[in-house]
Amino acid sequence: MSQQSTVHMPCSLCKNLNSIPDLTDNPIKNQIINAFFDKRNQRNGEVGTYREIGFEEFLMVMSHFRPTSRKTSEEEKKAIRKEKLRFLFNMHDSDSDGTITLEEYRKVVEELLSKSGNIDLEVAKAIADAAMLEVASTNMPDMAPDYFYEGITFEHFEQILSGLEMESRMHIRFLDVDTNTMRCDRK
Amino acid sequence: MLIDSCGFSPSRSAFVMSSRIIPVVLVLLVGSVLHTAAASPSDHETNHTALTNGTAHQKKAFPVLDLNYEHVHAPFEISLWVLLASLMKLGFHLIPRLNNIVPEKKVPPVMNADVFFLCLLPPIILDAGYFLPIRPFIENIGTILMFAVIGTLWNTFFIGGLLFAVCQINPGYTMDLGLLPCLLFATIISAVDPVAVLAVFEEIHINELLHILVFGESLLNDAVTVVLYHLFEEYAGAGTVTVLDGFLGIICFLVVALGGVLVGAIYGILAAFTSRFTSHMRVIEPLFVFVYSYMAYLSAEMFHLSGIMALIACGAVMKPYVEANISHKSHTTVKYFLKMWSSVSETLIFIFLGVATVDGTHHSWNWIFVTATVILCLIARVIGVIGLTYLMNKVRIVKLTTKDQFIIAYGGLRGAIAFSLGFLLNEEHFPQKKMFLTAIITVVFFTVFVQGMTIKPLVELLAVKKKQEAKRTINEEIHTQFLDHLLTGIEDICGHYGHHHWKDKLNRFNKKYLKRYLIAGTRCEEPQLLSFFHKMEMKHAIEQVEKGGGSNVPSALPSTVSMQNIQPKKPTVEPERMLPKLPKGKEDEIRNILRTNLQKTRLRLHSYNRHTLVADPFEEGISDIILRKRKSLNTHINNYLTVPAAPPDTPVMSRARLASDPQARGAKYNADNVPTFQVDLASPQSPDSVTLLNELKKVEDQGLMMKAPSSKSMEGERDQQKLTRCLSDPGPSADEDEDEPFLK
Repeated sequence: MSQQSTVHMPCSLCKNLNSIPDLTDNPIKNQIINAFFDKRNQRNGEVGTYREIGFEEFLMVMSHFRPTSRKTSEEEKKAIRKEKLRFLFNMHDSDSDGTITLEEYRKVVEELLSKSGNIDLEVAKAIADAAMLEVASTNMPDMAPDYFYEGITFEHFEQILSGLEMESRMHIRFLDVDTNTMRCDRK
Repeated sequence: MLIDSCGFSPSRSAFVMSSRIIPVVLVLLVGSVLHTAAASPSDHETNHTALTNGTAHQKKAFPVLDLNYEHVHAPFEISLWVLLASLMKLGFHLIPRLNNIVPEKKVPPVMNADVFFLCLLPPIILDAGYFLPIRPFIENIGTILMFAVIGTLWNTFFIGGLLFAVCQINPGYTMDLGLLPCLLFATIISAVDPVAVLAVFEEIHINELLHILVFGESLLNDAVTVVLYHLFEEYAGAGTVTVLDGFLGIICFLVVALGGVLVGAIYGILAAFTSRFTSHMRVIEPLFVFVYSYMAYLSAEMFHLSGIMALIACGAVMKPYVEANISHKSHTTVKYFLKMWSSVSETLIFIFLGVATVDGTHHSWNWIFVTATVILCLIARVIGVIGLTYLMNKVRIVKLTTKDQFIIAYGGLRGAIAFSLGFLLNEEHFPQKKMFLTAIITVVFFTVFVQGMTIKPLVELLAVKKKQEAKRTINEEIHTQFLDHLLTGIEDICGHYGHHHWKDKLNRFNKKYLKRYLIAGTRCEEPQLLSFFHKMEMKHAIEQVEKGGGSNVPSALPSTVSMQNIQPKKPTVEPERMLPKLPKGKEDEIRNILRTNLQKTRLRLHSYNRHTLVADPFEEGISDIILRKRKSLNTHINNYLTVPAAPPDTPVMSRARLASDPQARGAKYNADNVPTFQVDLASPQSPDSVTLLNELKKVEDQGLMMKAPSSKSMEGERDQQKLTRCLSDPGPSADEDEDEPFLK
């Protein structure tokens, strides 16, 4: 669908993205494709999904993968980090209600392990449960025994992933390239 | 060159550094008895022969007590020195102020370059290679290679050239050095030394990036050093180096580096393959690790390839597969042995250095040469680091700041490798050998002591980021994996074959081909997230057991959150229970009775067979706790919903039990109400086979369903279940990173 230093981007449908051969082995293929069509990632406040996206929407999604340079200030870095975490959060939160429930998290883990052979669903469940427990414990350590922890909110999500340096990890290298060399085709 | 022992200094690095100075001081005191001590064994020998000769023809009285020192002379002295070194290390940590105990009559060890390269250096390098954090290493490999290759080349030519200039200014005083001997000397002195870097950087707990940069550089510059050393040594006699030689040198460098890595990788694969079959003979597993690595080193040295790179490659390649195959006990053994050997080696190396310093016969002090060397080394290092960082920052994502650059420059320590290489020089070809040695020792001492001791306060002063002590959480792990796949997917969509794409391809290749042949049993299919999860559970369980007894709901985080908070509320239907539920106290009591009885039983069964290992109760406790934890996660869900009945072995449980021991796949679990256990005396055919107690499972499920007397029955006709692999003490200063497998 595209070459090294040029980006061809017609109005693409879901099935176009689906047909990329390299993606077939990716366990979270569906989530990634959905992320492109998710309106929440367009930063215009809307919720829902597109049927097809154009080049601007594509770029908008790709802009989440900007790296930081030495010149970005601390506040900018924080903002970029929040943006990237928001992207991840949207990927997990499939029903757009603002929290990641246990079911959604379980699905995430299942998908992650889906391409690795015959995995017991029980184990995936156990992992997701343990992870959820961890989030709850870190963020609200003094919960009463009959309080029901609804789901992971965005703040808790940020908190739990504060150890990972998102600014530097979540980037695609070629975005460093001078945009003058990128050719954009509209078919 | 006498440095006073700063025993009262509060910083630990000073302690460690002083422990190196102490041997020097001691040796100085011993220096006066050098020759007499050397003479004594030979005296003894002549006496002995005289005696036998004189009385050969007449029968002498049967010697009830005799002394034959010559027989054990060499190993005895080596052992004595090792013992002395270790005692000093120990004593210095216990008693801040060392009493000067003068050892009586000792022959000081002579620095033998062969001993150094063949015996003392390999353990340290293997230790470094086996526990090398692969992910940061690979991520920064570009920068590391730049520093190692270009940096060392720059250092060599800068120092060599300028030294030659300095010598030209004052030819008579500095013994008329040609350009090539200068360059040779510069080669020896410019390589950053892994031993010294390890010794110093371990104390300062600096952040991972800087550590891996300096350390990686010190490991990889060995190839450059080897090639340049041989090149200049060969041609120093001839006097000229042509362009062709330079070109051949470059090719030689590629051969040396890649050849070394290849040799190491081959041996690593062999070791991994061998470890696949060692499930019946667990005691010799560590031996394979060590011997294969050492063979890799020796093979590389044989062909004049880079032995250090071979050793690193061997350790790094072998580790993920071997770790999946060997038992926990073997793993601990390997870890402990490596740490022990490398620690002893390091101490011995510094003792040797100390002895060589004091031994006046090797030295020839030359003010201009030595000071010029020291100053030039520093300048070259600083300029090199700044220049290279400037270049690399154009390509790097995580840029290196000025503080980082300072630490990298300051951390370029020289050490014993430089000295040994200098020692190896042929005195006939290089009449200035003594001068070289003096200069090398000065630089080594300067960098190790001055720079090494001051780096810790400087790190504090500059507020450089320190190593993150926090443990990895499962959320971080999940998201690291998630990010990897996400980024690979995005790259695929854009058609950009970048970083992640190739990493993903390599991972898939690894899984499809390598893991299948190199990892025993079905563990080869276990995805990395799962193995991380299992390891985490194991660690928690170990902590529980160490805390003593294990509580009901083990949770690593001190909080009141339990599974009930997370589970969506289900309608509380409380069905009729078949049996009246016992009050909690009684339950615990019964559980305790059973547990203690079980432990008593197990305690009686230690066998002393050298070929088998019997699990001890500590480990049983651990596996119990894991299962209990698993069960508790499940029972909280199941508890109030279903009529209590013995559920079949849940997949979770069997996975827990079987996950760690790949050979136990075949064992079937018989879900029966009667709690039984069977103990199998370790026999050569089936080591490690003690059945798991399954009564705990029943108790948790149903409140009570116990027949206390029958629990004591030793004879069970249940099938055996192999125990989860033996666990033992977690080992010294638990380095969590070492558990991470190759290529996440």
